[in-house]
Amino acid sequence: MFQNIGEILLLLWRTFCALPQSFRQRKMIFEQLFEIGNRSLLMACILSLFIGGVVALQSGPVLAERGIASALGGLVGISLAKELSPVMMAILIAGRIGSAMAAEIGSMRVYQEVDALRTMNINPIHYLVLPRITAICIAMPLLVIFSMLVGWMGGGFVAVANHRIALTFQTFFSNLHDVVQLKDVANGLIKSLAFAFVIGTVSCHQGLTTIGGPRGIGRSVTKAVVNSIVLILILDYYITRVMLAFDND
Amino acid sequence: MTDAAPHSIQVRISGLRKSYGEQLVLKGIDFSVERGEIFVVMGPSGSGKSVLLRHIIGLEEPDQGDILFDGRSILQSEVARQYRLAMVFQSGALLNYLTVGQNVGLYLQEHRLRKPEEIDRIVTEKLDLLGLKGVKDKLPGELSGGMNKRVAIARALVIDPQLVLYDEPTSELDPLMTITIGEEILNLKARIHVTSIVVTHDRELAFGVADRLAIMDDGQILFVGTPDEVRRSQHPFIRRFLNADFKAKAISDLS
Ligand SMILES: Nc1ncnc2c1ncn2[C@@H]1O[C@H](COP(=O)(O)OP(=O)(O)OP(=O)(O)O)[C@@H](O)[C@H]1O
Ligand SMILES: [Mg+2]
Repeated sequence: MFQNIGEILLLLWRTFCALPQSFRQRKMIFEQLFEIGNRSLLMACILSLFIGGVVALQSGPVLAERGIASALGGLVGISLAKELSPVMMAILIAGRIGSAMAAEIGSMRVYQEVDALRTMNINPIHYLVLPRITAICIAMPLLVIFSMLVGWMGGGFVAVANHRIALTFQTFFSNLHDVVQLKDVANGLIKSLAFAFVIGTVSCHQGLTTIGGPRGIGRSVTKAVVNSIVLILILDYYITRVMLAFDND
Repeated sequence: MTDAAPHSIQVRISGLRKSYGEQLVLKGIDFSVERGEIFVVMGPSGSGKSVLLRHIIGLEEPDQGDILFDGRSILQSEVARQYRLAMVFQSGALLNYLTVGQNVGLYLQEHRLRKPEEIDRIVTEKLDLLGLKGVKDKLPGELSGGMNKRVAIARALVIDPQLVLYDEPTSELDPLMTITIGEEILNLKARIHVTSIVVTHDRELAFGVADRLAIMDDGQILFVGTPDEVRRSQHPFIRRFLNADFKAKAISDLS
């Protein structure tokens, strides 16, 4: 997968260069945004609710034993905002949207539709890649905000309902409010934007380089998803390190 | 000639070679196509006809050799951009998520060449021309293979091309539609003097429209000539290829 990184970066660069064109493709961008919302909102909701819940469930009793259960709100708040929401949403979107992008562009490639575009002097990067990457970059941060809010709710429900934690909503959310700062949320959003670029570029690149008929499309889809997720997790580590360095200043 | 000039291209191919991996697909192709000529390429499946067309339209880069439009090499990318080229792909290659009308109008729409109402008018006109009334709002997936092919031809005509490449334009069409397409290829030449290169297996179409014919086999051009010259050719392969007939008797004898 790593020999492709140069090509992927090149595609990313070309897309950046094409950004001024994006207003011309606004219809396509809206279509893509609608697709993304449509395909992932429900899943995002369920996923976030349970992730928030399980974090509370795991750490709540441990804190409660030490008499600091009231710190649970902040813990759930921070872990979702800085880490879990961006990463989980990225994995979800890689699976649901990245795969679809690779499949769509891959089949266009295999059935010579991309070639047909070229013969009409329509640049596939402007026409196919740009709207998709733009849409995913708009959608991801929004989705992550949504995920944080839902995840916090999930954590709150568990904190109230679980008899070993037994907090009130009030204590949970006031602690969350005290601990989580705007910069933590921003932290998560910056991550999510980086992940969005990874998913968009890796999937579109994979689609555009599809060869070998229908089976090739299948291979491309798998590779797009797997490569995106691996890159996301690696990138997550390094972005976190960089951000921590800034925090310490 | 001067008033024809803006609407056609002279194409020259010299020493074109291309291999994919180990496989040498084009083994030195030389021919030229004059302005406004209909040049037909025939040859067995796998002989490299589609690959040849992909080179002419600029989708592939040759390993060796050159392709010249009006004497200028198109391997410099600016040259090819100055011409309006169109290709009808063997598979049609319509964009599946766009309607037929959007497909046909795509070129004008994306390059902002006409106002939307005008695009609509042109699209309807071209579709009517190819006998495709009332399909404008359908998706390509809802049409038959032959209809898809005709939509692809309509899409090519909308570009108002100076050179059209047809890759087996009639392979999925019934005999009547084949005649229509053949007539349209001839019409286009008469009306706007466009240069056409037609790849086909269809002997009727080939001899019906060709100004000159090339016979290709295994990455090489075996023969180039007028339809009469080709008919008279004594080359054994060409004789076999052109006279191939269903030997019903031989088969019934077997049983
Ligand atoms: N992108 C490619 N990579 C590898 N091999 C290729 C590629 N394109 C074509 N070939 C090979 O080149 C040869 C010629 O292919 P081409 O499609 O030009 O045949 P054709 O003459 O158009 O045949 P048909 O009449 O069946 O369409 C085939 O053997 C094919 O396998
Ligand atoms: Mg072919």
